[in-house]
Amino acid sequence: MIGLSASMVSTVLLIGSGLFILLVASAGDWLFLSSEPFEAGFLDRLNDVFFAKPNVENGLTGLFPAIVGTLSLVMVMTLFVAPLGVATAIYLSEYARDTWYTKLIRISITNLAGVPAIIYGIFGLGFFVYGLGGQVDALFYADRLPSPTFGTPGLLWAALTLALVNLPVVIVAVTEGLDAVPNDLREASIALGATKSETVFKAVMPAALPSVFSGLILATARAAGEVSPLLLVGAVKFSPSLPLSSRAPFIEFEQKFMHLGFQLFDAVLFARLPPGGLGWVACIALILVLLIGVLNVTAVSLRAAVLKRQTVENPF
Amino acid sequence: MFEPVNETEVRPHAGEGASMAAVSVRHLSLGYRDNPKALKDISFDIPERAVTAIIGASGCGKSTLLRCMNRMNDLIEGVQYSGEVILDGSNILSPGTNVTALRRRVGMVFQRPNPFPKTVFENVAYGLKLSGVASARAQEEQVEQALRAAALWDEVKDRLDDSALKLSQGQQQRLVIARALALEPQVLLLDEPASSLDPTSTFRIEELIYELKQSHTIIIVTHNMQQAARVSDCTAFMHGGQLVEFGQTETIFTFPSKRETEDYITGRYG
Ligand SMILES: Nc1ncnc2c1ncn2[C@@H]1O[C@H](COP(=O)(O)OP(=O)(O)O)[C@@H](O)[C@H]1O
Ligand SMILES: [Mg+2]
Repeated sequence: MIGLSASMVSTVLLIGSGLFILLVASAGDWLFLSSEPFEAGFLDRLNDVFFAKPNVENGLTGLFPAIVGTLSLVMVMTLFVAPLGVATAIYLSEYARDTWYTKLIRISITNLAGVPAIIYGIFGLGFFVYGLGGQVDALFYADRLPSPTFGTPGLLWAALTLALVNLPVVIVAVTEGLDAVPNDLREASIALGATKSETVFKAVMPAALPSVFSGLILATARAAGEVSPLLLVGAVKFSPSLPLSSRAPFIEFEQKFMHLGFQLFDAVLFARLPPGGLGWVACIALILVLLIGVLNVTAVSLRAAVLKRQTVENPF
Repeated sequence: MFEPVNETEVRPHAGEGASMAAVSVRHLSLGYRDNPKALKDISFDIPERAVTAIIGASGCGKSTLLRCMNRMNDLIEGVQYSGEVILDGSNILSPGTNVTALRRRVGMVFQRPNPFPKTVFENVAYGLKLSGVASARAQEEQVEQALRAAALWDEVKDRLDDSALKLSQGQQQRLVIARALALEPQVLLLDEPASSLDPTSTFRIEELIYELKQSHTIIIVTHNMQQAARVSDCTAFMHGGQLVEFGQTETIFTFPSKRETEDYITGRYG
């Protein structure tokens, strides 16, 4: 995709690892050394970090529900953005004719990737929450009105909104991947008696698979860290229960949920932090970064596993 | 520069021994959107189980002509053609033709080796799977048969599960020939199949062509006069979208009847 020079990459790595060390240091300092606001003792403190009851006084809450919320959100979002983004890219790159109209669509999608996420948040609130959600309530949950079921911010709408935020990213990455597959391969497939769609799905897509994964990885990583649209469509400071259920599909789509990014935002701006409380902020940040790291590693190894099965070696 | 060629003048005097035509081209004209006269009224008969070379300067329409025979030009937007290409008694240019079935009968190999980024086995089995050969046994047998026919089996029999991209350029080109052969086509179209290869690989491809013509009708586009002289039985010389001369390779190279042919062969242009 983008050719970064080696020196740029190493600079970025240097700055990145510097920040990371700072995070680890201040989070560690707070975990091990300071005594506020939790009881002393490292294990106790670690337990507090994850499972502390919300503290009304200083606004701090255990992070476990926020981790679960973040993961659920990312998962549901991926379920929406992956098929939609890949299908759109396949259509644009393989099927749509090259007219000024499709060019306009391509350019618009690229531009959408640059629209601030908060704008999507407003759209999500207006379109999904009040629009769609209101309709769903009127049709299926009329007996509960006027208290809304889906007509209020919640996990489903947040996931859909984030899916929209990341849709352009996925489409652009996958389209670039498909465009990078040499035409030779398409011709080879057609000349062997393959139809158009056999060619797309059996010759072109396997060759473009690495970029498909890259696009999705990029999107999930971004989704895990994105906060601003969530302020409007479903993330809350404190939710009494996890957005999970014991019955299929195991997700409470209409529930509000907690989110690491939101916790961070709130801790910095609104919590009345105790002395040394910035260590707490560092803790949240560190966990968020680690979570994104874990998501990325999972996605990258998934990608490696699929590619290994699919082809032996891929030049594109 | 040239008058339109009179059909009777370019009729193949296919000569002794050469049997019936495998492919008959009749008044074939073709236009691209920005090149409306890429092929102009071409007619000739391609003999069965023999090698026919198409020669001519770059851009004279050789590939375009070749790609009419498996309807690959259909992929290009705005192409228009008229005339007939007759294979087994039916005009394959007619709109009712089942083009995917046609392309299984008329295999094609391109200038640059273009294996899929899959294993050696998967490459050769690609067309087989699409054409409905489902059993693993049958696939293995036919893949082996195709690789043997392409004189590649001995080199890759222990590497069937390796990436095809790890093979050398010459091996890759024989692999894509095997990939086409796996479908047991009657006609094999080769578009400058050796132009990106080193002399040794080129020699092996030429040997292979010699083997394959026992059972296949082969049409080869080439830039290389010596190659055309070495491998082909008949030669068609094209210029500016027209077929200037067609006949036995020997005749064309020793007694060309047209000035343009002679100029080209002796290297005065092209
Ligand atoms: N897809 C295309 N669109 C428009 N013009 C084309 C296309 N392909 C080939 N041509 C033109 O048609 C002529 C014949 O091309 P081609 O058959 O590729 O020649 P050759 O194989 O003899 O070099 C050339 O002038 C070329 O520029
Ligand atoms: Mg050509």
